[in-house]
Amino acid sequence: MSDHDITLSVNGTTIARRVPARRTLLDFLRSDLGLTGTHAGCEHGVCGACTVLVDGLAVRSCLMFAVQADAAKVSTIEGVANEDGTLHPVQQAMHDNHGLQCGFCTPGIVMTLKSMTEAGKSASRDEMAAALSGHICRCTGYQGILKAVDLLSGRGE
Amino acid sequence: MKPPPFDYFAPETLEEALSLLAEYGDEAQPLAGGQSLVPMLALRMSRPAVLIDLRHLNELRGIAMDGTGLRLGAMTTQAEALASQQVAQALPGLCDALHLVGHFQTRNRGTIGGSISLGEPAAENPAFALALEADLELCSVRGTRIINATQFYTGPYSTARADDELLTAIRYCPANWARIGIEEIAQRQGDFALSGLVANLEIDGHRIAKASLAWLGMGSTPLRAPSAEAALCGADIATLDLEEVAELALGDTDPLEDSHASIAYRCQAGRTILTRLLGRLLAERSPVA
Repeated sequence: MSDHDITLSVNGTTIARRVPARRTLLDFLRSDLGLTGTHAGCEHGVCGACTVLVDGLAVRSCLMFAVQADAAKVSTIEGVANEDGTLHPVQQAMHDNHGLQCGFCTPGIVMTLKSMTEAGKSASRDEMAAALSGHICRCTGYQGILKAVDLLSGRGE
Repeated sequence: MKPPPFDYFAPETLEEALSLLAEYGDEAQPLAGGQSLVPMLALRMSRPAVLIDLRHLNELRGIAMDGTGLRLGAMTTQAEALASQQVAQALPGLCDALHLVGHFQTRNRGTIGGSISLGEPAAENPAFALALEADLELCSVRGTRIINATQFYTGPYSTARADDELLTAIRYCPANWARIGIEEIAQRQGDFALSGLVANLEIDGHRIAKASLAWLGMGSTPLRAPSAEAALCGADIATLDLEEVAELALGDTDPLEDSHASIAYRCQAGRTILTRLLGRLLAERSPVA
């Protein structure tokens, strides 16, 4: 098994590490960097709990090897809120609309919605709702999350 | 749920990738977007000793319309193809199919070529390529050859690609485009289809001039439905019995039973989507000349 030197940016910090080829980006974030806000659910791409942004795109971190993130910019849930602790608009919308209960799926959902609502993006309410099909939530029945989506797409109160 | 150990290469050029494939042969697996291959590794369904990551090969990306039709580089992601004005204008049916491929998050990495060369029987891209008789460009150190999608799928997850070959591009030829549609039934939006169908119908006045139908999720490979196609060719639209066509088309399938659906359920779903899809395509108005 081959090992590889990688250098990448995680939440704005440059990180250099040596990783075995088979280490997923998910395990790298959680085990090597201690960033356990990205959750490990199914580990085969079905549940969406491990969603992070790689070069601005929402991807499953369990379906990508850390070595493939060499030279990439990775954003995780730990980097979403402002430094003073105030919430990102996506987090605030989820909070205000009871978009979470146990919270296991929430980091992934926040990363997907963040990628779709960032400056220059104009995802519609329906596009965001369709993207939620990539996240399994077993608590909320999705209604609170959809209310947050209404708000983020300018349709909510 | 961790992939077994492997050696990893990320060649910088196509030439380098092809010589690695020639060197490692059946021990190696090309890695495109990884949205099907990495789950198969995690589930230990596949255990290649070597992964050859194609991510640096920019020459395998991109979409172009040229004299031969719509050419998609194999490493073009499904999200890139969905965002492409060229695809939306030239071949909107492909967008309909791509919207059904996995989820928003997997389409950001999943590629057109990766999906077509893996040949997952319930996936949309292989069935779409089969229905539209796409030309597939295969490269190796021995040279380049073109194989039609109708000759490509040889068995469960096995294709006519030799171990040292790489799928580099997919070409959709305008001569094969008519009224194109796709329908599928899945447990959840974005999941693999329990049953799905791609149809391509050429209408001449009140008759069907040409028809191709490709099933997904209805056998161990994507499957054409030759008996139903033969019945559709030349048929008068006004007197066409779609339920009869559905029975013929189901006769061309060999669905499997698994924890998601019984054979009877898959057949009933297939019957429903065939009549729905063909009914919709036949009701479309011809573009005014």
